[in-house]
Amino acid sequence: MSPPPSRRGVRRRLRRLVGQWPALLILATVWVLLWGDLSWANALAGLGLGAVVVLAFPLPPIRADGRFRLVPACVLAGRFVADLVVASFEVAFTALRPGPPPQGAIVRVRLRNPDDVFLTLTAVLSTLVPGSLVVEAQRRTGIMFLHVLDIEASGGAAGVRRDVLRLEERVLRAFASDDVLARCDLPRPGRPADEAPRGGRDDAGEES
Amino acid sequence: MTDVEPGTLTAVADVAAALCLLAGAFLTFAAGMGVVRFPSLLARMHTVTKPQVLGLVLLLLALALRVRSWSAVAMLVLVVIFQLVTAPVAAHLVGRAGFRTGKVDESELRPNEMDPGAVDDDR
Amino acid sequence: MVVVVVLAAVLVGAAAVLALVRVERGPSMLDRAVALDLLTASLVGAIAIEAAWSRRTETIPILVAMSLVGFVGSVVIARFAAREPEHDHQGRAPEDVAAQAREADVHRGEHSAQDDHHDDRQDEGGGRP
Repeated sequence: MSPPPSRRGVRRRLRRLVGQWPALLILATVWVLLWGDLSWANALAGLGLGAVVVLAFPLPPIRADGRFRLVPACVLAGRFVADLVVASFEVAFTALRPGPPPQGAIVRVRLRNPDDVFLTLTAVLSTLVPGSLVVEAQRRTGIMFLHVLDIEASGGAAGVRRDVLRLEERVLRAFASDDVLARCDLPRPGRPADEAPRGGRDDAGEES
Repeated sequence: MTDVEPGTLTAVADVAAALCLLAGAFLTFAAGMGVVRFPSLLARMHTVTKPQVLGLVLLLLALALRVRSWSAVAMLVLVVIFQLVTAPVAAHLVGRAGFRTGKVDESELRPNEMDPGAVDDDR
Repeated sequence: MVVVVVLAAVLVGAAAVLALVRVERGPSMLDRAVALDLLTASLVGAIAIEAAWSRRTETIPILVAMSLVGFVGSVVIARFAAREPEHDHQGRAPEDVAAQAREADVHRGEHSAQDDHHDDRQDEGGGRP
């Protein structure tokens, strides 16, 4: 005895609403931040508008088996801010110094894990951080093509690949589940977060 | 206009705000120089992702240090997050469009691993 | 503080002028999109400097709106200037896309008469896998 189609549609929408509660929460938070003060009216209006947005513009569900780890996430955020400052001043001085412009290049990087969420995060972060810019990304294979502003200063194609893979490792350590980490040949995160990658870092050379 | 009481904290915050203003304005100016001086589309896009974003973030940080009211800081945080999320997306779309319509001079890129013949190793 | 604010305003203003120079020079629509992005950012920065100078908060919503508008602008230009990838079957017909790309390139055509022909060739076979 199945319910009539209209009721089934309502139920499906309700399920989608409940299933996408993180999106709802984020939209409500944005709304409250836009108004600038936290009151019941604002929070409720934000939730209501969020529900309208989620229902009116449905997005495909994101398939991600992830979990949040606090310490690696802090490592990721800290390195991100430091790298952003360094990269910004590097590009700024490159733009200001006299002489011919630096040699640009396209480097191809194959990421360890082609899942959508991690690919997107790594791509966004690597556009902001280490002298590179994602020109093309292939979801199926997890290959990114990066444009590098100054290939010599970045240590050649191998240096760029190493930097991006290190960035991906930080992203995975912060957000990926144990299964994904094991599949990507990363050591299990029982140890402190900054100790685990050190083994690979030594033979790859000290970072510039 | 917000009321900010005079005191040591205000003085310290004002000095920090002044430093942030100078650094942010310098980075924005460098982004402008890069946009004019760099010869290729992709190189110019580097300047509008990194220095421009950090410059704007620093200017907004200076503003937050000057006004120090929660509602204003909340909105500024929102602007910063928008910038961090949207700048790479816009740059990626523009770069990809440039590549696909042939507006990028590929002979200037060395190495160019997008060229199918140029890559032999798979990782 | 006055010196700092004036210096910062001059630097940001110079950045806006430089962005305008790039908008004028082009050569393609995408270069203009990049430069307009920078112009919007320096406008936001100028408003932020003014608000920091007078410690006022009522201009901050303008910053929110403008940071979003700048993004939408460059994404729209990138969409219209771009050729759809071949495997995207939901895209528009290739003729439409080619026509749009030509339209977006109309400013490029002033370099030489044979540019038109050149663009045509790229629209037919210039897509990347």
